[in-house]
Amino acid sequence: MKASAFSYTRASSVTDALDLLALHGDQAKVLSGGQSLMPALNLRLSAPALLVDIGAISELRGISESNGVLKIGALTRHVDILRSPDIAKHAPLLTEAIAYVAHPAIRNKGTIGGSLAHADPASELPACTIGLDAIIVVRGRNGERRIQAADFFTGIYETVLSPEELLVAVEMPVAKSNSAHFFHEYARRKGDYAIVGLAASGILEGDVFADLRLGFFAVGDRPLLAAASKHLTGKPVTASMLADAQAALDAELDPQEDQQASAGMRRYLARQLMARCVATLLGRPELDARPRA
Amino acid sequence: MNDSSEKQSGLSVLDRPNSYIGKTVPRPNLGRLMQGRGQYVSDMVLPRMAHVVFLRSPYAHARILKIDATEAKAMPGVIAVVTGAELAKVITPWVGVLSHLKGLKSAPQHAIATDRACWQGEAVAAIVATGRALAEDAAELVSVDYEELVPVTDMRTALDPETPVIHPELGDNLAFERNLDAGAVDQAFKDSDEVVEAKFVFGRHTGVTLEPRAVLADWNSGEERLTVYLGTQAPHMVQNIAAMHLGLDEAQVRVVCKDVGGSFGIKVHIYADEMATLALSKLLRRPVKFVADRVESFNTDIHARDHVCKARIGVSKNGTINAFEIDDVTGIGPYSMYPRTSAIEANQVINLVGGPYTTQNYRARTRVVFQNKNVTCQYRGVGHPIACSITEGLVDLAAQRIGMDPIEIRRRNLIRDDAYPCGSPSGLKFEALSHHASLDKLIAMMNYDALRAEQAELRKRGIYRGIGIASFIEVTNPSAAFYGVGGARISSQDGVAVRLDATGRVICQTSITEQGQGSESLTAQIVGSVLGVSMGRVRVILGDTDNTPYGGGTWASRGAGIGGEAALQAAKVLRKNILDVAAAILQAKPHDLDIIDNAVVDVQGGQQRIELHELARVVYFRPDTLPPGFQPELMATRHFVPREYPFAFTNGIQASWLEVDTQAGFIKLLKHWVVEDCGTIINPQLVDEQIRGGVVQGLGAALYEHCIYDERGQLTNANMADYLVPMSGEMPDIDVGHIVSPTLDGELGAKGAGEAGTAAAAAAVTNAVNDALSPFNVTVTEIPLTPRVILTALGRI
Ligand SMILES: Cc1cc2nc3c(=O)[nH]c(=O)nc-3n(C[C@H](O)[C@H](O)[C@H](O)COP(=O)(O)OP(=O)(O)OC[C@H]3O[C@@H](n4cnc5c(N)ncnc54)[C@H](O)[C@@H]3O)c2cc1C
Repeated sequence: MKASAFSYTRASSVTDALDLLALHGDQAKVLSGGQSLMPALNLRLSAPALLVDIGAISELRGISESNGVLKIGALTRHVDILRSPDIAKHAPLLTEAIAYVAHPAIRNKGTIGGSLAHADPASELPACTIGLDAIIVVRGRNGERRIQAADFFTGIYETVLSPEELLVAVEMPVAKSNSAHFFHEYARRKGDYAIVGLAASGILEGDVFADLRLGFFAVGDRPLLAAASKHLTGKPVTASMLADAQAALDAELDPQEDQQASAGMRRYLARQLMARCVATLLGRPELDARPRA
Repeated sequence: MNDSSEKQSGLSVLDRPNSYIGKTVPRPNLGRLMQGRGQYVSDMVLPRMAHVVFLRSPYAHARILKIDATEAKAMPGVIAVVTGAELAKVITPWVGVLSHLKGLKSAPQHAIATDRACWQGEAVAAIVATGRALAEDAAELVSVDYEELVPVTDMRTALDPETPVIHPELGDNLAFERNLDAGAVDQAFKDSDEVVEAKFVFGRHTGVTLEPRAVLADWNSGEERLTVYLGTQAPHMVQNIAAMHLGLDEAQVRVVCKDVGGSFGIKVHIYADEMATLALSKLLRRPVKFVADRVESFNTDIHARDHVCKARIGVSKNGTINAFEIDDVTGIGPYSMYPRTSAIEANQVINLVGGPYTTQNYRARTRVVFQNKNVTCQYRGVGHPIACSITEGLVDLAAQRIGMDPIEIRRRNLIRDDAYPCGSPSGLKFEALSHHASLDKLIAMMNYDALRAEQAELRKRGIYRGIGIASFIEVTNPSAAFYGVGGARISSQDGVAVRLDATGRVICQTSITEQGQGSESLTAQIVGSVLGVSMGRVRVILGDTDNTPYGGGTWASRGAGIGGEAALQAAKVLRKNILDVAAAILQAKPHDLDIIDNAVVDVQGGQQRIELHELARVVYFRPDTLPPGFQPELMATRHFVPREYPFAFTNGIQASWLEVDTQAGFIKLLKHWVVEDCGTIINPQLVDEQIRGGVVQGLGAALYEHCIYDERGQLTNANMADYLVPMSGEMPDIDVGHIVSPTLDGELGAKGAGEAGTAAAAAAVTNAVNDALSPFNVTVTEIPLTPRVILTALGRI
């Protein structure tokens, strides 16, 4: 399939891009790495009149840390995240998670801004931003908005971004010495979108979770920060606390049925992931015993 | 690779000094393909070439009431918009039946649907434009009024009286039925200590080729000739059929098949949209190109293996298998595919079930039914994976029931290696198979006992691994028994012409085709070896009905065994002719001379007498120096088809070692082994890679590949994100071993190896999964084995 005809322009700066977006409104689409947009164009699922390529805007690039905040520019490619020592140090969850995103050829082009703006509910990075309590920085002609990741995603491929805004960066607190993280997803093949996944970070005080953020993905129309984690914090986790947390998780999930999994299967796998996460972070394998015959 | 220590006397034509047979040599076409200089139809451009895009039915079953193309025709770049009715004036419809499949019926199929679309994806109009994108733009503006009809989607109810009949003139939705009853089945079940039953379910899937189907048709009205550039496995078959339906003489059609980006049986059929492209070229008097995009590929490339089969096995406590019985149903889409038909797969299932085993008691029924889904037909391993999964699944269930090791029950029932020639209850004739030698080799390769010990140890720790074994037989080197006897003009013989050119190099034209499996290489290896010429001096020409001998092409694991034998025989004649010339020039006796390393030498002493280029110079430029009346013939042609046996059966055995995550339902493949017997091995690497590639496609079927239709007949996963092909990340190491039992039906002794891998891979995996899950008393007989299937079987969801 071939995309329908469109015009193309390369923005020279954020201001330039915002002017173009304001001028063309929802006739225009931002082109970042193109790894989600181009397939959609070729399948004629989307037919914008104009593509605004932001690839040349250098102010959207780069990874930096200051005052305990890690900032990742929107144009940072998946491969840059994978290889960045700063990210490995300050947000190791991202380093681990990014290896699950697609395949090398796609990671060489796809960007974090594109992934977050695209907001596929089965995508890894949106859940990571929730797990890491990140702030998503967007800019419009009227200025900048700083949005909590948990408030950014509003539905399947939907966010609070308006067509005239640009996602410019993601910011997150750097990992502390007692921070811990967990990432795992169930996918049919390496690089596939997940059937169910979990990107989690926590603060451990001894053998107790002082804080635990569980960012589930592919369990609903957007990534979910599980409120059920409240059953697991503040005191040493027992099997019954975990069971309560799993039941609470079940109640807050609203998973979709698709070719890979029924809603029930997604709930089941999410509960397994929760147990696995808790057992792993606490170093207590008995909390995640495999079923025996 | 040169081994000149042996002298040729007393050796076969292949077993000569510097023979390439049995050696891994690089493929001659490698450099061209690796440098991106392949010539795929997808990339071809001709002057005045137009592109066709097909508007396809969004419904599984719908009457076409009206097509309005006014707006589309006015679009820039649009050359024509052609409906089925308009095209029917140029091309006649066809019916995919063969007379040896008694009772097989189908309805006339048009290149473009005329009044009714019978599956989602059937073409209802053609839009021809100067570019593909422009044609797609215009296609969006063609408006079609449909009246949706009730689709028939569930093959299990296709024959129920309440179900609508897709083609009322046929009376019912039954395309074909075959029944077989051999031996004394009822008595055998009565005499059995245990009878085990199971229902086997196979997911419909397809063979995903890297390069989609592509055709470029060029009607030259000056010459009144149609040249068809096509990625096909059977150029002469296409030539015949194109001519027949376009009202041309065969001589007016030339089919050229250059590089093909994968075929797997997908590209051996006559597709309606390709025929439409040919007709459009004739109609519009200019080159027209069609390249299926990926969505079209999923909706229109043949599907396969959509079977549900109830089956049972009777076994005695001592392990003797007494009988097999199957009742199979398969859904083939709305038409039997042309010209090979969609009944062959089910027919093969009946032929092959129980094939490796001694019991002569076998009852089978298969029913082939129409449905409003994409058409199905022959895909790599035709019927074998179904038959093998049923047979080997039953054998394992029987072993489990009587508490016998899966290896032991096979030892007791596989046909003995010294029992040949012999036959199967379904009438197959076996020349020489090696089930027991293969089994022994497999056990050694996989270290069976140690693996069992490891399995037991891990099980104590809650890790569930399984071992699955699957023996198989494979149909290769088919004679006319496959299609010819049924009235199809599909040649079972192949021809090869070899000639020594004026510089002492060899040009070889063969009717087999190359789709990546190495036909070119094996032909050069055989010709080079027989002639005594280095491979670098042999150029192979394939895939051109104007420029190769007439023949079948490459499918059904026939290229090496049939085309290779023709190459051998042709090279033998040329060799003799060369030696006759050499004898004349050298005033020697032909039998005192040999050809080694591109030169004629003395048999005694090996002294070089005349280089081939010098011999050729004399023949072509100084024939006046040859003895009077002596006419050299430096070109020879030979044809071959097996005559003793209708098929050269091969055999082998596979094993899978895997782990089931009983918590999440995922299967991790850890290792796969294959021992196969394809007779003479011409190029070990080509054989091994055919086996591995075949196994990977079988593993795809076992775990991933599935064309998922909803109840309205909509294919819901027609893209590479949702249709899961096997990828390297999940594939295990695949160890391949060989037993060699050459066929005596020909001098080469080669049987086919192209489909053996696919035949048994899924059976081995399913058996391994059931072995892993045996502590849970769970049996799964459905593929693909998705996490959902496993978790459901385990009762976790
Ligand atoms: C085969 C394949 C497998 C994949 N597997 C995965 C996977 O497993 N997990 C996963 O998460 N992803 C996967 N992806 C998607 C990939 O990660 C993409 O890179 C990502 O989804 C989008 O990033 P991009 O830079 O390519 O964005 P683009 O495709 O350029 O854009 C995506 C969307 O975001 C908008 N957009 C982009 N940047 C901005 C911005 N700065 N401000 C506002 N809007 C913007 C665009 O307008 C567009 O609507 C896969 C892709 C492919 C092709």
